[in-house]
This record gives sequence, C-alpha cells and structure tokens, in this order.
Amino acid sequence: MSQIFHHTANYIAKMSLVLLAALLLFAGWVMDRGSRSDFVTRAEMVREQPVPFSHAHHVGGMGLDCRYCHTSVEKSSFANIPPTKICMNCHSQIWLTSPTLEPVRASFRDNTSIRWTRVHDLPDFVYFNHSIHVAKGVGCETCHGRVDKMALTWQQNSLQMEWCLNCHRNPERYVRPREFITTMGYQPAGDQEEIGRKLVAEYHIQNPRTLTSCNTCHR
Amino acid sequence: MRTRFQLGVLVLSVAALAACRQDMHDQPKFIPLRPSTFFSDGRSARPIIEGTVARGHLDEDTAYYTGKDANGKLVAEFPFAVTKEILLRGQNRFNIYCTPCHDYTGSGNGMVVQRGFRHPPSYHIDRLRNAPAGHFFDVITNGLGAMQDYSMQLTPEDRWAVAAYIRALQYSQEASINDVPAAERAQLGQGAAK
Repeated sequence: MSQIFHHTANYIAKMSLVLLAALLLFAGWVMDRGSRSDFVTRAEMVREQPVPFSHAHHVGGMGLDCRYCHTSVEKSSFANIPPTKICMNCHSQIWLTSPTLEPVRASFRDNTSIRWTRVHDLPDFVYFNHSIHVAKGVGCETCHGRVDKMALTWQQNSLQMEWCLNCHRNPERYVRPREFITTMGYQPAGDQEEIGRKLVAEYHIQNPRTLTSCNTCHR
Repeated sequence: MRTRFQLGVLVLSVAALAACRQDMHDQPKFIPLRPSTFFSDGRSARPIIEGTVARGHLDEDTAYYTGKDANGKLVAEFPFAVTKEILLRGQNRFNIYCTPCHDYTGSGNGMVVQRGFRHPPSYHIDRLRNAPAGHFFDVITNGLGAMQDYSMQLTPEDRWAVAAYIRALQYSQEASINDVPAAERAQLGQGAAK
C-alpha cells in the first residue's frame, strides 16, 4: 500500500504548529491593543449633542471658571451638568435669536430637561467622587485634558482602571496646589515630583496601598 | 457527542460572561441625571416640593438668611464678624461667579458684558457705596434686573462672603496712600519695578 502523504507533509505539519502558536500570540496582541484602543474606550471621540456646546468658546475664549457651570464639583460626587437656568444667565440676552440655542430656550420655557449625551460614563461598579479629587489637588485638566481647546467635547483619557491606577499609585506625579484646580495649561513652578510630594503630605493624601485597595473604588 | 457538549458549554459560558459584563456596567439603578421612563418628565430625581425644609435648615435667623430684618428692611451691617478667611472665600467665589459680568474690580466690564450683556452698575458709585450690606446679599439671593439669582450656586455663607468681598473691593478703589501703614509704604511700587 502506497503512502497517502508525500514526505514533505511532515514539514507542513510541524510548520503549521509554529504558525498556530504565532497566530495565537498575534490574536492575543490584537486583543490587548484593541481593548485599550480609542475605538473601545471611546476616548477622543466627539459625542453628538442637542446643542453643539463649545468649551473652547466658553472656557478658552470667555475665561469662565469650570465651577461657574459645574457648581457641585467641590461638594458632590457628581460635577453636575448645569441646569438650563445657568445657560440663561447669559443667553437671556446674548445670542437671543440664534436657532442653535433654540433647544436651550425651549427647555427654559417648558421646564423640560435638555437630553445631553453623556461623555464620561464610568461603569456602574466604580465608585467615583469628584469632590475628594478636587479637594486633594487633582486638577480638572489632569483627567479631562485641555477642555479649553475642545470645540466639541470628548473624553480625553481611556477611563480604564489601569489609567486610574497611574495616579493612585503615584499621586505626587499629578497633584497640583488647590488654587490651580481649574487652571488649564498648568505648569508646576519647579519640579513636579518635589512639589507633588509636599502636596501629598500637606493634603494628607493617603498612601498608595490604601489608594489602590480594591474597595477604595469598588464598594 | 462529548466534544459537542463541551463546545456548547463553552459558547454558553462566554455568552453568559458577556451579558454579565453589560449588566454590571449599566446596572438598573439611578445615578445623578440618569433619565427614567417611569416619570413623565423623563427625570429620575424628583424636584423638591416648594416650601420643603431640609433637616437642620429651619433658617430662623432672618437677618442671616434673607439679609433683611424682621420688618423687611435690609440689614445695614454684616450679621457676623468679617475675618480674613471670609474675605478670601468671598474673593474665591466672586472670581468664579461674578467676574464674568462685574469683572475683577467690580466696575462691570466683564467678558460677558463686552459681548453684549447689559452693563451692570459699577460697585464704585455712591448709591452702592452707601448701600446696606444686606443689599448685596439680597441681590445674590433673588437677582436684580438682568441678573439671575445665584442662590443655587452660592450658599448663604458664601453669599455673605461675596458681599463682604464686594465691600473690600469698594474700599480698595477709594484707598489713598494714608491708608497704608507708614512702615509699609516703601514696599509700594516695588512689585512693578521688579
């Protein structure tokens, strides 16, 4: 009885094992990169909004402080989306006839909510509190990026756990004095790590062991 | 037969895990401003009924919480001792909420006014220099003219702090060299010379 396979089939069989291993490694690499990609984290992706609100104009151009609109950021877990009344503080007289702002005026007239699209959406199993971050010297810009340059709003960072841990492991690399919390384009007056270490002590920021404990964020 | 069973288990467990992930990410609970289909206005949080008094907020001290005395007359003086901490807090809040229109000196040439908002009166006119302290508290609480009220943004404590800072701004514009202690006059102008 003659052989069914030619003897080169041995090499093909062996090579296919190597190829399979390479393919698995490649698939692993793609999944690893993919799970961190902007496509998955939705970072740097502009969300469509009912009104094309420009932070670049309001913060960069007019110089409004973040807290003018996001009033609860220092007191609450949530940096509130401003109620329509805050828009109308100025837009009761400015851009009165603009069709772009009609949804804002309609919301004010009818006492209905504007349905903004959420840009930063943490998973519900994460406990996050804005007020403590602000109180401990984490600037708005540190997480949200140069909002004063965003014509339409996007999420600057991945908001993935490894990204949170960058700072929870080494807060001294990121914290700034409280008076510069809302400053955009902040430059530390000296060496960041040196200033950071002083601030960590001054603001009683807890040690990385506590900050990276599971139940600090998952409770 | 056995491999098919294993494959089935694998597929089911992957599907279960995927579904689990989504449930945990978007749990059926209401976080702030998450919409609801239950109420007709689409909001999950209910507006506070008018006249609601929060526990510990009976606010019986009319002078402190309205800026007016029992007869409805604006209080002339601050109903507390103004300290440096209060002034600094007032400056901080003033710079956030008031400067867009009133600008950093209180003359009323803020950025929003430059873009077409009605010009508010300068703080440095006689009418406002002589205004009772309660006037500023009352305007922040209830608004005046084109200005909306800022009672949501500023707590009563903060409103008084801002009012105190406005007084400080008024004094700052009337100050003369005689107001500076003689020992410190030499320092004047040195910052600019540097």
